[in-house]
Amino acid sequence: MRRRGGTRPESAGQDRLGPGPESAGQAEPGPGPESAGQAEPGPDTPVRGDGPADAVSCAGLVYAFGETTAVDGLDLAVRDGEVFGLLGPNGAGKTTALRCITTLLPVPAGRVSVFGHDATRERMAVRRLLGYVPQQLSADSGLTGRENVTLFARVFDVSRRERAARVAQALDAVGLGDVADRLAKTYSGGMVRRLELAQALVSAPRLLILDEPTIGLDPIARTSVWEHINAVRAATGMTVLVTTHYMDEADQYCDRVALMHRGRVRALGTPRELRDGLAARRGNSGEGEPPTLEDVFRDVAGSGLDDRSGDFSDVRSTRRTASRVG
Amino acid sequence: MSEAPAVPLPASAESVRPGSLDLLVVPPSARTGWRLLPARVAALCAVELQKLRHDRTELYTRAIQPALWLLIFGETFTRIHAIPTGGIPYIDYLAPGIIAQSAMFIAIFYGIMIIWERDAGILTKLLVTPTPRSALITGKAFAAGVKALIQAVVVVVIAALLGVAMTWNPLRLLGVAVAVVLGSAFFSCLSMTIAGIVLTRDRLMGIGQAITMPLFFGSNALYPVAVMPGWLQAVSLVNPLSYQVDALRGLLLGTPAHLPLDYGVLTVAAALGVWSASSLLGRLAR
Ligand SMILES: Nc1ncnc2c1ncn2[C@@H]1O[C@H](COP(=O)(O)OP(=O)(O)O)[C@@H](O)[C@H]1O
Ligand SMILES: [Mg+2]
Repeated sequence: MRRRGGTRPESAGQDRLGPGPESAGQAEPGPGPESAGQAEPGPDTPVRGDGPADAVSCAGLVYAFGETTAVDGLDLAVRDGEVFGLLGPNGAGKTTALRCITTLLPVPAGRVSVFGHDATRERMAVRRLLGYVPQQLSADSGLTGRENVTLFARVFDVSRRERAARVAQALDAVGLGDVADRLAKTYSGGMVRRLELAQALVSAPRLLILDEPTIGLDPIARTSVWEHINAVRAATGMTVLVTTHYMDEADQYCDRVALMHRGRVRALGTPRELRDGLAARRGNSGEGEPPTLEDVFRDVAGSGLDDRSGDFSDVRSTRRTASRVG
Repeated sequence: MSEAPAVPLPASAESVRPGSLDLLVVPPSARTGWRLLPARVAALCAVELQKLRHDRTELYTRAIQPALWLLIFGETFTRIHAIPTGGIPYIDYLAPGIIAQSAMFIAIFYGIMIIWERDAGILTKLLVTPTPRSALITGKAFAAGVKALIQAVVVVVIAALLGVAMTWNPLRLLGVAVAVVLGSAFFSCLSMTIAGIVLTRDRLMGIGQAITMPLFFGSNALYPVAVMPGWLQAVSLVNPLSYQVDALRGLLLGTPAHLPLDYGVLTVAAALGVWSASSLLGRLAR
């Protein structure tokens, strides 16, 4: 069991949490068998009857790696069409939560659904709605940019007739049209990230999930990645769920953010709401520096922030990614 | 935590003006049912061919060992007449065995690649596509088969240059291709199964090296089963490599073979391999 080091009450900053989960903590049956012929409900049929489903909804999600409880009762509701930032230091459980949402990990306790489709029972339907860019640089370095994107067009069943045009549009959308026929191993870190974005976009996902899309990139490359994300999102209206530990990026680019610490959401709202909320709590709205998102985070995470953030393996994998980025 | 200063990020030199994105708002219509598997297999095989086209070094370096086997071992033992081959020159007898061996080495190495792909996030991303795990493994198995097949062509050419008299009957060559692909599918699945158990590349590398030689020597690749001691005959009996070599020899040289049995064993072995590797693939995703 983990220690609970935070000094602030659980409710701090949580007042804006969306409509409560109906069935928090309810255990789900184990992952069902996956078969090629599995019935897939259309992407637009929400399971619940009450209006359009949230893009992502997590209720009481718990995931533990042996002794380490990586996600510890996560409640989250990402609305259709927004750019939602999941923020937190290394080791907060962001990646683990995303891996439950993307069906990579089972959901041992709690409930996770994507546009109303249950992430354990309707995996294939969920995957068809997703574009996922993992934390590592995951383009295949032995293939060209175009071949990397074509593979994803094929495994998402883009018809042969449409394939070349769609792949070209995805590459153009991230500004790689001119270098599409170079091997991915000749790309810079920022270009690889944009290539991965194209891989995720080629299937026209309704939900784009980006895990630390700018980790290890220089500021120019970071800006470029974000500008492409924003441009594509403006053109397609897709929902974006992004994790980052760069608070400044989240402040600048996310519609709403959730501050995650030790497997739970500690505060939720628009960046402005969170900053104003802290300013009001401090009562210093008149004088002094206005608080940043990072100040908000320190405020809600309490004193236990530094002792567990970023254990050795996190640091190592971050370094590895950073060195691959070059 | 956040090393970057909380100032707005610099604007990039050129502003982002994506062209028309009309295709990227329409989701592709989903393939379902039986058509899904062949589509995924074709996609993964295409990737394998593209990689081979970009980098042929592996193709050449992997041709060295079979060439040496044929040249040194084959030529020498042809002179000694130590192994009863049923009247054909030993190098001819050996050639199908070496084709099977080089295909097996490639296939076993393929499972190591899946761990590399896991570590690199490539596998992770494929697991989040509408591809059932069994289809992913089948695709990988056939991709290994395609790679082994191209390697087999190289070995056949080397053997032909060394004067091995093989058939050029297209139907028989097609049979050879099927046997090579099925055998590679089995050995790559064996390797991916072990990958799902041991989870790390170093351990898999060790186990891979430990099993390839026994599989090779415990088969009829170098000598007929009849000259083996009883216990080795038992190994050979459960070793799919023996059935693959039997089929290759029968087809390429016209020696007596048990083709229905050979293809039956290879098909069942490949199917079992796909089943066990796909049920363990989830462990690699954690
Ligand atoms: N595969 C794994 N095996 C064991 N522990 C893990 C694994 N992945 C993550 N963890 C642990 O779970 C916690 C949360 O990790 P993670 O979800 O990667 O956090 P974040 O993405 O916010 O940095 C960390 O303590 C990490 O060490
Ligand atoms: Mg992470």
